[in-house]
Amino acid sequence: MNKTITIEGVTRIEGHARITIQLDDQGKVCDAQFHVTQFRGFEKFVQGRPLTEMPGIMARICGICPVSHLMASAKACDDLLAVDIPPTANKLRRIMNLAQIVQSHALSFFHLSSPDLLFGMDGDPASRNIFGLIRDHPEFARDGILLRKFGQDIISLLGEKKIHPAWVVPGGVNAPLTAQHRDLILAEIPAALSRAARALEYFHTVRDRYPAEVDAFANFPTLFAGLISPAGLIEHYDGALRFVDENAAPVADLTDPHQYQSMIGEAVEKHSYLKSPYFRPRGYPEGIYRVGPLARIILAERCGTPRADAELGIFRTRLGRSPQSSFHYHWARLIEILYGIEMIQRLLEYPDILNTHVRSRARPNRLEGVGISEAPRGTLIHHYRIDENARMVWANLIIATGNNNLAMNRGVLQVAQRFVDGTHLEEGMLNRVEAVIRCFDPCLSCSTHALGQMPLCIELINSTGELCDVLQRD
Amino acid sequence: MNTPVDITTESITLQIDDKDVSCRKGETVLQVARENGIDIPTLCYMEGLTVWGGCRLCMVEIAGSPKLQAACATVCMEGMNICTKSPRLENYRRMIVELLFAERNHVCSVCVSNGHCELQSMAVKLGIDHVRFAYRFPHLEVDNSHDRMRMDHNRCILCSRCVRVCAEVEGAHTKDIKGRGVLAAIIHDLDQNWGESSTCTSCGKCVNICPTGALTHRGTAVGEMTKKTTFLPYLTLMREAQL
Repeated sequence: MNKTITIEGVTRIEGHARITIQLDDQGKVCDAQFHVTQFRGFEKFVQGRPLTEMPGIMARICGICPVSHLMASAKACDDLLAVDIPPTANKLRRIMNLAQIVQSHALSFFHLSSPDLLFGMDGDPASRNIFGLIRDHPEFARDGILLRKFGQDIISLLGEKKIHPAWVVPGGVNAPLTAQHRDLILAEIPAALSRAARALEYFHTVRDRYPAEVDAFANFPTLFAGLISPAGLIEHYDGALRFVDENAAPVADLTDPHQYQSMIGEAVEKHSYLKSPYFRPRGYPEGIYRVGPLARIILAERCGTPRADAELGIFRTRLGRSPQSSFHYHWARLIEILYGIEMIQRLLEYPDILNTHVRSRARPNRLEGVGISEAPRGTLIHHYRIDENARMVWANLIIATGNNNLAMNRGVLQVAQRFVDGTHLEEGMLNRVEAVIRCFDPCLSCSTHALGQMPLCIELINSTGELCDVLQRD
Repeated sequence: MNTPVDITTESITLQIDDKDVSCRKGETVLQVARENGIDIPTLCYMEGLTVWGGCRLCMVEIAGSPKLQAACATVCMEGMNICTKSPRLENYRRMIVELLFAERNHVCSVCVSNGHCELQSMAVKLGIDHVRFAYRFPHLEVDNSHDRMRMDHNRCILCSRCVRVCAEVEGAHTKDIKGRGVLAAIIHDLDQNWGESSTCTSCGKCVNICPTGALTHRGTAVGEMTKKTTFLPYLTLMREAQL
């Protein structure tokens, strides 16, 4: 008698998703799927709009990481204009992108994932959330909230708004940085570095508590992909898109963004609105790859900033160059927070950072443009085609989370097989199924955000539709 | 040129919102109200252009008349008692602006005129926090064919300011309105692409006078389009001085 367990309303992720777990006659997990249940339609409704509006429209894809879409979209538009943006604009865009990564990683680690680590995977769901953290670990929670504020404040100082700033435009940015704002940001760097360091200290005290989770949280060999600088350093804004194998050995480098479709194919599965990108030379689904902080940490020779490199050294001493468990996304995320803060400081200290030439002006000089950048969750690709009057005729977006879709699906199956016993459901079992998804920090709707107390109902139904067991979380 | 009838030197008195005011015969209710610091909302009215009376936002109540009257097109009469603010008027004004939003695709957050738009400001001023009518979501083109300027029909409210400034101030009369009702649209010459117009002088007055993001400079990104309307009273004054 086959049974299906449905986790409807996966909690503490960004967006709406459902997980179904198929059980065989013996109550053992035989299959599991991660369904993304929302449809957005951006690629369709931008058609006909002028290209100069694209960064502003595309930023609306997400309320958590609008800056990431601003970057990829603006780069695609730069490509359409066929301009090199001024060096100062390049640095300013990088600062905003890093601020975005810091704040988003802080949200993912502190607000969404750390409740599992602090209270345990089987902890009481009523307190296993940000509000429980604030009550029981106020200093830790404050660090998380203030680290997020650090990133958001930088975005606001540069672009006048914390969410959806209109500052990044085709050709550069629309206003230079002022000395006053630079000094305000620099003044916050030491405190932000201390908070990131405290988070890492804490993480070191709990990372060994979860060997079973490390072992089963999407722990399988895959390719990894991400941007990398010419010097082999971690990169979030520009550079080549590199694919490496499970041993971190380079497989392919994409230096011309226009050729991304030679590397990445997009499969469509009936069970989800989220496409399943794959590394085209290996075919589908063997071309499974992962992106995001863990992939970037594995790809890069080093970070290029002292504190982040020191932490990366500990990471590699402990786990090797290329750990395959997605549980380690958490650690990689913290290293990137440290790197982001250090790099923001470095960029702000460049002598030309206050230059007022921050925008290149041009008419469209190409009819097709591609922009690739790194979002907090991984590689983000915007690909546009315009007509001769600079109106959009076609768009294709490969969102960071989508790149991880195949890995998330396999991860859900792996965790379900390891932890879920179909004859007797416990909340902690299913929380682990959700927790593996949280490792990837997926941004599904990029506009709806669910925090801990989201109701969750899991029903165990047999093949005749009879309700066998119900687990309710209010 | 700014009023339905010529203004004379003869003085008359009337009441607006229970305030005794005096004006010259021939002045409109809107002019007198503004001269006396009484605000009446408008979108199609523009000082320096002929009165159009199309937006209907300036409707006022006149004692003794069961019908509402457009303040911009109503000439003051001796002893008039005018009310510019009442729950009935506010309800109609909100409804008019909501219908403007519902009629076309006004997506403020990604509009190039976001933060510098008279329609948006009017909605804020009237306390509109949602639209009660179903959006029509018409499929409308963006005319990006002109070398320097852009016409986005999605953002147009058909106030006809651009038509009037083009005909009356620039003297080109490149723009006009075709069709009726919800099918009405701004056209260039014989309904050609703007870039193909042989009469457009590319002066840009229409862009600066447009209250929304319908007429903008090419190459502007979200929130970047600001309008400069101060040229119009100056041009009008100089022209009248010459006459």
